[in-house]
Amino acid sequence: MLADFWFVLVAVLWTGFFILEGFDFGVAALLGVLGRAARGSLPAPGGEALETDRRAVLGTIGPVWDGNEVWLLTAGGAMFAAFPEWYASLFSGFYLALFLVLAALIVRGVALEYRAKATTAAGRAWCDRGIVLGGLLPPLLFGVAFANIVRGVKMTPEHEVTSSLLDLLNPYGLLGGVTVLALCLLHGAVFVTLKTAGQVRRRARAAADALFVPAAAALLAYFVWTVVLRGDAAVDAIAAVAFVALLAAFGAHRAQRDGWAFVAMAATLAGLVATWFVAIAPEVLPRLGGGPGLTIHEAASSPYTLKLMTVVALVATPVVLAYQAWSYWVFRRRLVGADGPDNPAGRAAPAQEEAGIAS
Amino acid sequence: MSGETIARWQFGITTVYHFLFVPLTIGLSLTVASMQTAWVRTRNPDWLRLTRFWGKLMLINFAMGVVTGIVQEFQFGMNWSDYSRFVGDVFGAPLAMEALVAFFLESTFLGLWIFGWDRLPRRVHLATIWLAAGGTVISAYFILAANSWMQHPVGYRINPKTGRAELTSIWKVLTNSTQLVTFPHVVAGSLVTAGAVLMALSAWHLRRDHQVELHRKVAKLGVGVTIVASLATMGFGHLQAQVMTKQQPMKMASAEALWTTENNAPFSLFAYGDVNEGRNKVDLRIPDLLSFLATNSPSGEVRGVQDIAAAEQAKYGPGDYTPVMGITYWTFRLMMGLGGLALVLAVAFGLWLRRTGRPAPDGSTADPGATAQADPEEPAASQPAGRWSRLLLLAVVWGAALPYLANSAGWIFTEMGRQPWLVFGVLRTADGVSPGVSTATVLVTLIGFTLLYGALAVVALRLFLRHGRADIPELPGHGRPSGGDGAAGPDGSDDDLDRLPALAY
Repeated sequence: MLADFWFVLVAVLWTGFFILEGFDFGVAALLGVLGRAARGSLPAPGGEALETDRRAVLGTIGPVWDGNEVWLLTAGGAMFAAFPEWYASLFSGFYLALFLVLAALIVRGVALEYRAKATTAAGRAWCDRGIVLGGLLPPLLFGVAFANIVRGVKMTPEHEVTSSLLDLLNPYGLLGGVTVLALCLLHGAVFVTLKTAGQVRRRARAAADALFVPAAAALLAYFVWTVVLRGDAAVDAIAAVAFVALLAAFGAHRAQRDGWAFVAMAATLAGLVATWFVAIAPEVLPRLGGGPGLTIHEAASSPYTLKLMTVVALVATPVVLAYQAWSYWVFRRRLVGADGPDNPAGRAAPAQEEAGIAS
Repeated sequence: MSGETIARWQFGITTVYHFLFVPLTIGLSLTVASMQTAWVRTRNPDWLRLTRFWGKLMLINFAMGVVTGIVQEFQFGMNWSDYSRFVGDVFGAPLAMEALVAFFLESTFLGLWIFGWDRLPRRVHLATIWLAAGGTVISAYFILAANSWMQHPVGYRINPKTGRAELTSIWKVLTNSTQLVTFPHVVAGSLVTAGAVLMALSAWHLRRDHQVELHRKVAKLGVGVTIVASLATMGFGHLQAQVMTKQQPMKMASAEALWTTENNAPFSLFAYGDVNEGRNKVDLRIPDLLSFLATNSPSGEVRGVQDIAAAEQAKYGPGDYTPVMGITYWTFRLMMGLGGLALVLAVAFGLWLRRTGRPAPDGSTADPGATAQADPEEPAASQPAGRWSRLLLLAVVWGAALPYLANSAGWIFTEMGRQPWLVFGVLRTADGVSPGVSTATVLVTLIGFTLLYGALAVVALRLFLRHGRADIPELPGHGRPSGGDGAAGPDGSDDDLDRLPALAY
């Protein structure tokens, strides 16, 4: 019973991670697209305008990305505490993929934090590369990983995963990776549309327009394959709702209802994560080609630990949600780039305050 | 090399590296919060300038601690899957609590602090840095509780059906006697680290007669923090030694290369011996000191390696229960010696600050360049006092390395000294590794992490020094005209803090 509750809670933590870090990844990956030099219209030199735009783009995630990343650490910690066997099998099994994710996250974090402190243009350019790489690689690999969990892995009777990195790169896994990446890019574009004004917002809108069709195509293909693989009433229904949510996001985006578009994107990602977890339940790690996998109850900790962690989670989570929500409220203002109203020379705009303090 | 050896190297490298940044994160976030508090209390703009300047340096370091911490959360599963299976029920709980309670706190409020200067009321903004600093301390508590459980497992039972450790009392884990002495030791050591860095950078500027008044403020803070925290580190270290003597006698004995059980055991200063023969060839000792350290009495009994090894073989079956003596012996000495040296430097620097800081008639501190320090343009040799000052300041600058080496030595000592155990008396290190991960794979990630970490160390250190050597900027819209005379620092006008409307309250 408690084990089932913790299975749901782990799913919720991963959902929080994909919704929140999802747009962080997207914004980071789209840095070069959304923060490109504005042409002609500005008296400021191109370099400075570009810099102002990029700071506005990064300013949308600057205060919150690190807190968002903690959802990943908490999901990992929760799996360790509540399902040690799952934690052990999964992370030793997906060893090289996880290594690449960790390396990309390290590079991204350092690049995001050091960009505003870099003292040369070349240093900033290196940070930009790190940010883009760190925005592209993790969602792709997380998508591959979760698709493979749904598909099932090769493992020993002791639940030691024997699938290699190349085994993970099967067509279904790759489709999962592309789907998550496309959704995160779109989510990032929608988020920047919501959080900025002026030229940066126009570019974000255009990027989202361009991304909707490929993202929808990938998601549809992935869902169809998933339904064929592990479909049941619940999976089918959630997949359908998630896909409708994506279409709703597109509608809201076209209608310039930025907030609703973001909410609908969040619902799409939540639906995608839900299909993964519903599809594998009551197992946490299915065996490839059928046969007994690792189940929730085999993987679960003792009742004492689960009870303890439940109390901790019930006390701490509302507090965390409250102050994280407050931090979003504090930074609710839309940012502007080089074309900001009081920013004729690309200096002293609100966007710079916000993006510029970026540690 | 076996997979176990490579996995241990990987854990050692990634964890020691992570812990290069953690102590400064803890110590500096607390001291920067104190600087900001001083500003809010006194409205003295100097403290605001220092908060900004040191806050930026804190963030450069903080980022490294955060990103290397991600690896820590997952590498138990990656390289130590059998360990994770065996102890996850106990060990996972403090880790999950750390993420939920501490990581969210520090990351969210750090974001609010960095970006909230002009968004939040002054006192609320001050609260954000204290909450972030509190998060780092809470984080240390949980992870040290987890580590203390490996040193001295309590509050668990072995489930006879699954053969795995299960938590029976979180209270016992969180109030483990090992933890209660380790946590203050580590936090005090973190403050020593921050104090030494504060001293070093101030000394660097004072040596150049640069922004003397501001840097003297920080130098004094650094001296105070280092002296108090060093004494606390030693005091709790002494308590730790006693706990360790009871709980892990082998670690204490091997720290001392004490082969046979002795009353009035001496403290060995320098020893060279033969492990196979089980004796020291050369041994320089201070009488009775080890007995005092370990038992609080100069005549207390300290058990020797050979007796403990025999006892452990009787208890746990045949096997080698002796850690690598050369490492435990020397890391133990380095930890104490280098830490002690940091205290000596702090005292010397403090005396120097007193001597050169006689108040001038106008109430401001005297310029040390005029009283004790040679003008940088003149040859230092012509002024003996100036020469000694400069030498002392140079020693303080390089003294920043001392706590880092001491911290690393301390961790290497306590982890190597526990070997061959992963969880003392319960699980051997050899039984904890991931059975399904090939040696080659671990080697690939070992090399990958090492290269990545090495490159980042260069980047972070260069950035830290570049910003640390720069001018402490004027507050926007305040004071003397800046820029044009080379006072802009390496950031030039691009420095974001220059534009920060921090006085917009």
